[in-house]
Amino acid sequence: MSDLIYSLSWAQPELWLAGFALAGALVGAWVKDRGAGLLSGAGCLVLIVAGVLAFQFQPRTAQTLFGGALVIDAYAGVAKALIALSAAATLWLGADHFRRTNEQRFELPVLTVLAVLGMFIMASANDLITLYVGVELQSLAAYVLAAWRRDDAKSSEAGLKYFVLGAISSGLLLFGASYIYGFTGSLRFADIAAAAPAGGVGVTFGLVLLLCGLAFKVSAAPFHMWTPDVYEGAPTPITAFFAAAPKLAALVLIGRVLYGPFAELTPQWGQVIAALAALSMAVGAVAALLQTNLKRLMAYSSIANMGFALMPLASGDPAGLTAALLYMAIYLPTTIGVFALIVALRRDGRAAEEIDDLAGLAARRPFMAALFTILMFSLAGIPPLAGFWGKWVVFMAAVRGELVWLAIVGGIAAVIAAAYYLRVLAAIWFKPGGAALQAPSATAMTVAFIGAALSFPILVLALGWLERVANTAVGASF
Amino acid sequence: MIETFIVLAPLIAAAIAGLGQRFLGDKLAMALTTGVLGLCCALSLYTFAAFTWGDAPERVTELFRFIDVAGFTSTWSVRIDSLSVVMLVVVTVVSFLVHVYSIGYMADDPHRARFFSYLSFFTFAMLALVTANDFLQMFFGWEGVGVASYLLIGFWYQNKAPNDAAIKAFVVNRVGDFGFALGIMACFFAYGSIRFDEVFAQAAAHPQLMIGVGDISFRAVEVVSGLLFIGAMGKSAQFFLHTWLPDAMEGPTPVSALIHAATMVTAGVFMVCRCASLYELAPYAAGFVTIIGATTAIFAATVGLAQNDIKRVVAYSTCSQLGYMFFAAGVGAYNVAMFHLFTHAFFKALLFLGAGSVIHGLHHEQDMRRMGGVRGPMTITWAMMLIGTLALIGFGVPGFFGLAGFYSKDAAIEAAFAGIEAGRIGAQWAFWAGVGAALLTSFYSWRLLFMTFEGTYRGAAHGHGEHHGHGETHSAHHQQSGAAPAHESPMVMLAPLFVLAFGAVFAGWFFAPYFVGEHAGAFWRETLHVSHGHHEFPDWVIWAPLAVTGAGFVFAVFFYLLNQGLGARIAAAGGPVHAFLYNKWFFDEIYDFIFVKGGRALGNFLWRWGDQRTIDGLGPDGVSASTRFASRQMRRAQTGFVYHYSFIMLIAAVAFGAFAIWAGAQPANGAAP
Repeated sequence: MSDLIYSLSWAQPELWLAGFALAGALVGAWVKDRGAGLLSGAGCLVLIVAGVLAFQFQPRTAQTLFGGALVIDAYAGVAKALIALSAAATLWLGADHFRRTNEQRFELPVLTVLAVLGMFIMASANDLITLYVGVELQSLAAYVLAAWRRDDAKSSEAGLKYFVLGAISSGLLLFGASYIYGFTGSLRFADIAAAAPAGGVGVTFGLVLLLCGLAFKVSAAPFHMWTPDVYEGAPTPITAFFAAAPKLAALVLIGRVLYGPFAELTPQWGQVIAALAALSMAVGAVAALLQTNLKRLMAYSSIANMGFALMPLASGDPAGLTAALLYMAIYLPTTIGVFALIVALRRDGRAAEEIDDLAGLAARRPFMAALFTILMFSLAGIPPLAGFWGKWVVFMAAVRGELVWLAIVGGIAAVIAAAYYLRVLAAIWFKPGGAALQAPSATAMTVAFIGAALSFPILVLALGWLERVANTAVGASF
Repeated sequence: MIETFIVLAPLIAAAIAGLGQRFLGDKLAMALTTGVLGLCCALSLYTFAAFTWGDAPERVTELFRFIDVAGFTSTWSVRIDSLSVVMLVVVTVVSFLVHVYSIGYMADDPHRARFFSYLSFFTFAMLALVTANDFLQMFFGWEGVGVASYLLIGFWYQNKAPNDAAIKAFVVNRVGDFGFALGIMACFFAYGSIRFDEVFAQAAAHPQLMIGVGDISFRAVEVVSGLLFIGAMGKSAQFFLHTWLPDAMEGPTPVSALIHAATMVTAGVFMVCRCASLYELAPYAAGFVTIIGATTAIFAATVGLAQNDIKRVVAYSTCSQLGYMFFAAGVGAYNVAMFHLFTHAFFKALLFLGAGSVIHGLHHEQDMRRMGGVRGPMTITWAMMLIGTLALIGFGVPGFFGLAGFYSKDAAIEAAFAGIEAGRIGAQWAFWAGVGAALLTSFYSWRLLFMTFEGTYRGAAHGHGEHHGHGETHSAHHQQSGAAPAHESPMVMLAPLFVLAFGAVFAGWFFAPYFVGEHAGAFWRETLHVSHGHHEFPDWVIWAPLAVTGAGFVFAVFFYLLNQGLGARIAAAGGPVHAFLYNKWFFDEIYDFIFVKGGRALGNFLWRWGDQRTIDGLGPDGVSASTRFASRQMRRAQTGFVYHYSFIMLIAAVAFGAFAIWAGAQPANGAAP
């Protein structure tokens, strides 16, 4: 009993989220979609509160809760704060967007917060069951969000594809988990860690299958195939949500699994992670070259970026995890900012998502063009923008981890990727013509502005602080 | 002080006339530059007189340090010695006369101020060249006259031919200048200095010093002298690098007289004489000078036989005479070379300005086939041209009196003969080429004179009045008698001819004792090495030039006076010899084939195969193409079908599993633990 109370006291952020989700569903059923705006605002607030709580109240040493199912530590705290804040931003973006398109429904905040709850559980997972529950909670909410426009073929297709492929990945994950359980005799990470080195091939194979399931969540190649289709089909604010918080949650979970119970098996999974990273960077960079749709392009961009984030993990050195965390902290606001701009791009009441729609933007909407420029330069990794420092950190980590070949692959991929980011900018600055765009939403522009301001100069200036936070978080937890 | 003024005043005049032409106006600009040049001319004559007959010392006025880094110094200075005072006189006198002449010749040109500014600038650069005390200042002047030459050849830049000629002159000179620059560098490399006196002292102190690359090394003095002479070949239009000079005749005729006859083209000769101490130590380089000079002398003379453009004939004649100067220098008779340079300036400028007068009188007709019968209307010009021709062919009686060329050219041929006995490389060839060229010179000079002035007018009788208001009157005057519809040039153009004619008649006779005769040692002082070998030549050597000159005259009379039209018929009958000569030994065609077409072919090859196929193909384009190809393939893999996607996922899961097991089984293959 005391364990439950103790646990609940540490699980306050999760309680806030769960409480809001349940209450929101009830209230929503009562007031229907009229209250969606208010509910969304409340959802944003709850997310921020949960994030701040998770960040602010970290135990000095890791605390296991609910009989060892969850663990609360600095690593989880930092991850949760980032997840909650980026989810809040995309929720705000979505609420505003759907109000404009008359598609607002109270489910949006509820589902978003439920998904974030799943992510919080992922970040704190301490056994295989919790891991699976978190992943599924997040995923199921996401499937529904992807099919937000039920009567839109593309959106439904996106939802269905995401669901079917997600189910397969869950299958892989569970299959892997069962192997691990079978060869180590435990679901607890701590016990697995003790038994894994003697587990042999079975554990290795189980771990790889588990990783495959999680790689699907971070959309690492070759488990990335769903990403462009889902990103394109889902409404843009939903895509923004997919691109940010779940990616971080899955990456944090990968980090926790690899550096926790399987730390001893680095020779086995190090190569797999390196291969995943290399493939992701290559596919993300190369395949995006010929894309004409901005959302598909950003999908490949996120694949490549997840490759960059996975790259430092391959070394098996905790410093790699710090680098990955840092990279994600820089990547998240940038990508949310870009999606906010895509949300803001509308013409004749429909979304303008093609690169050609950006033609002449510099002349017509210079502020928007400036934001685009900052964000794209940051994604391309042009110094001195934040994106450059993110890449610099992961490259340095890879080199220190004696993965020079991986850093070289990353360098080439970054060069190729720069080509398509610059293509977007070329359309904005040098292509004449283009039809008139609607006045952008103030909310979207605000989110984009915050993203751009974080990309340059705030995060650049805060880089030292950020690195310290990530360092202590990883140091205290592994 | 005086010499500083002489050098710098033309520059200031050029700057004022060139930059201020809008508010000065043409008249004032002309008056300023001509006046300044007149003053410079008077001061130069004074300097020359003071140096020759007074006891003015050799001196160097240092104006300021140009470069002074790490043991390399170059100073702007004005050096006055026997060589430079001769050049001062030649340059300023001819330049002044050309300025005066141009007032008449360019009377109708709308850009006279610019023209005079260029002329003065040229004069400055030439003076900087001849008064240099080190190689760098000489190179500055060398390039400066090149620029001025470029600007003046292309003065009528509205037309294509002058532009092309200007570019050609510049490009061909670049070849020579490259050699010259290398020569200066080799000089500094070998002797650690570029000051004339220091270099000469070093070279004399270490005559066997070797420089080279790797195992291949040569005597430094040979290398330096040879490279410097390549520069001289370009500037003085010697064999192989001569092709620009005839084309340079596209420029206004006063320019041809000043730059391409009297001064700039003789810069190479001057340079060789200035470096006489080096060439005396370098028998092979000197032999090279002799052979190239002699070859040019005979080559240019043969080409001159078949040219129809009056200025081109004179241009090839210049080329040929420069060859005389070089072989004289090559066999060690530097004072003879300078003497021929000195006299040549008078009679060749006279010939050019006379030709210009004819061209002016015939309204810019230059083709001798459309001339004839000009003697009547232009008697004074004819007389001047006659004097010039006599001076050029070297008419005179040995031991009694002769015109300018008689003294200098015969001296050159005799020097070559003396060179044979002294064992100079190439002297034998130089002697016979000199004699042969004398015959040809006589022939083509008389041909020019006869075709232009004698016989009946062959040009179009009409048409001149159309673009010249005063043309009507005189064409009415002269048309009945078969004389040309020409008019005598104004006095402002004739006066310089008188001065030059005076020089052409008396300069040789008067100055021969100083340059090559009994006063030579005192005249040249320490600057030039004057050979005091034997001055007794066999009679046939002394009379040979005169004999062949007479023969040339007889041939010319036969072909162009007694049998008018015979020459034209021979030319019309064609024949490979005439075609060979008329086309200037096909030098332009060969160069066009080798350098222009060859260069373009090489460029095309490197561009198409080297750059586009190889570098671009494997580099940027290839990478970009293969990346796009990969991108296209990946897009094709992105089918949109769930079962494709899931298939890939499952395959990947199995593959990764196998990979991980394999990786885990490799003990040394793991990442950092």
